[in-house]
Amino acid sequence: MSIDPIFLVEAAVNGVLLGGVIALLALGLNLIFGVLDIVWIAYVDLVMLCMYAIYFLVTVHGWPIWGAAIVSLAVGAVLGVGVHLLIISPILTSPPINQLLATGGLLFFVQSAATLFWSTDHRSVRLSLPSWEIGGIFIPATRLIPFAISILAVIALYLFLTRTYIGTAIRAVSQDREAMSLMGASPQRIYVVTSAVGGLMAGLAGALLIFQYAVHPFFGGQFGPLTFMVCVLGGLGNMVGAFVASFIMSEVIAVGGVVMSTEMGYVIAFVIFIVMMFVRPGGILAKRQ
Amino acid sequence: MTPGRIAAAVVLAVLLLQPLIPLGPYRQYVLHVTLQIFIWSFIGGAWSLMGRFGLVSLGHGAFLGIGAYATVLLWNFYGVTPWLGAVVGMVAASLAAVVVGLPCFRFRVVGHYFGLVTLAVGEVVRLLIIAERDWTDGSLGLTLRSAGGDSLWAIQFGNKQVFYYGSLVVFLIGLWIWHRVDHSMTRSALEAIGEDETAAASVGIRVTRFKLGITVLSAALTALGGSLYAQAIAYVNPETLSGIGVSLKIVFAVVLGGMYSLLGPLVGTALTTALAEGLRILFGLKLLGMADTIYGLLLIVFIIFLPEGIYGSIRAALQRRAARAAPGASVSAKVPA
Repeated sequence: MSIDPIFLVEAAVNGVLLGGVIALLALGLNLIFGVLDIVWIAYVDLVMLCMYAIYFLVTVHGWPIWGAAIVSLAVGAVLGVGVHLLIISPILTSPPINQLLATGGLLFFVQSAATLFWSTDHRSVRLSLPSWEIGGIFIPATRLIPFAISILAVIALYLFLTRTYIGTAIRAVSQDREAMSLMGASPQRIYVVTSAVGGLMAGLAGALLIFQYAVHPFFGGQFGPLTFMVCVLGGLGNMVGAFVASFIMSEVIAVGGVVMSTEMGYVIAFVIFIVMMFVRPGGILAKRQ
Repeated sequence: MTPGRIAAAVVLAVLLLQPLIPLGPYRQYVLHVTLQIFIWSFIGGAWSLMGRFGLVSLGHGAFLGIGAYATVLLWNFYGVTPWLGAVVGMVAASLAAVVVGLPCFRFRVVGHYFGLVTLAVGEVVRLLIIAERDWTDGSLGLTLRSAGGDSLWAIQFGNKQVFYYGSLVVFLIGLWIWHRVDHSMTRSALEAIGEDETAAASVGIRVTRFKLGITVLSAALTALGGSLYAQAIAYVNPETLSGIGVSLKIVFAVVLGGMYSLLGPLVGTALTTALAEGLRILFGLKLLGMADTIYGLLLIVFIIFLPEGIYGSIRAALQRRAARAAPGASVSAKVPA
């Protein structure tokens, strides 16, 4: 079976567009991962809650999408701080696996509560936006706009972390927790700020994902595993690595999905992740030990 | 006989006689629920064999899926008896465990990195099952081909009682294996490795060999649990038998009960099953998701306040009380021999 090259090019373009949004998800999670050394298994489920918020504001209350998106950012930030204060903070000194499992419990809770309140229906906001044709390839605005905003957000996060005082403090804590408290800085405050920024990113990701995807209670299962893998593949707390990794993974999934099947695209992406964990445990951009 | 042994004998007698209690129309349902508790406790026990040593796998669904699909596919397409199918499943799961485990242990993938690698493995198996839809009917799941009546060769029985006793036996074998590991050199070696790998290696413990051994044992038993589940329920589905969802459920039931104790997985599984079934009977399908909502909330609360699990915490409390009652005994117990 041969595949028309135009489909491959289209798949590759879609991969890039998907990569932008995955990058946003992965950077939010990676920020928390890098600073607190905890994987929030339920991160994408928080994104899902933000998507529900937008859905209800737009379809039920008739809000404009940008207004709902701003609310989504706030919801994300509040959720991020809430998760940190209620769940992470009491078990900050527990074994890492307990922290992982506690956020896993949150995953079950959020997923089932969403099923309970909003049933398993797939809900989408149905935006009617144009599509552009460039050289025989259709690029819908519902993909291009999120991609562009996502890239801008990634640049904004980068500037926040490198150019502001609090951003520098966040990076310092991620490098050495003990040293920071010796310098007289309060890690607890940094943790709360980090969780809020991570949550904000989740809110933004939710606002961008609702353009292309319907929201349902198991949305987290669709993007969750992929997001952790991109994070780890990029390297713990390594922002540039996570950015590169999200494009590699999304290309594999998009092109593999066209050449074989959607499932096989994911299988190949996961196998690459597993093998990379053996070869480069510090992430793709880490120096070889 | 110690009070503990007497209690165990009474419980076992009750379990053996339970199918004989006349429950009228509810009999099959009660058997169906209890046999699932045995199977999932067995699987939880298999997971805790490695979980208690810090090898926290978030992908045991991979082994479960391999075991269940090996038996069902071999029977449905080639008429191979599930007795052999289960063995094939266990061997395949062991091979998968070696393929993933060996590089993991060689390259020292530990902690949550190990968790994430195993999580990826669980997802790979789930996606492969779905992708091979010509065989497996993808995410629709696969029904076990009927042997046309009761058959020991096909392990198919209309009466749940047979599966009840079968899964009780398998569950008890699981307890025995757990007990054997608990009282062996392997346990000391693995505990040392869990505390500090480099130090363990420096006193001559073969780190990779021990870790791989316990992983293969755990994987093979999990696959056996999968085969047994497939035969008892006569239906397999990639979502309920592999992937992240079921993998986390196995871990959670064990954590809830207590992963460092023999009966922890049983207590955790019995509790979560009772909760799910109880809420289902109370609310029916109206409140879909209610059981898991409470379950998720309980898990968070437990990990924060009772990290040793219910059974583990009760046992620790009882031991403290016993130590207070006989102060001399506790002192002598603390002095190393």
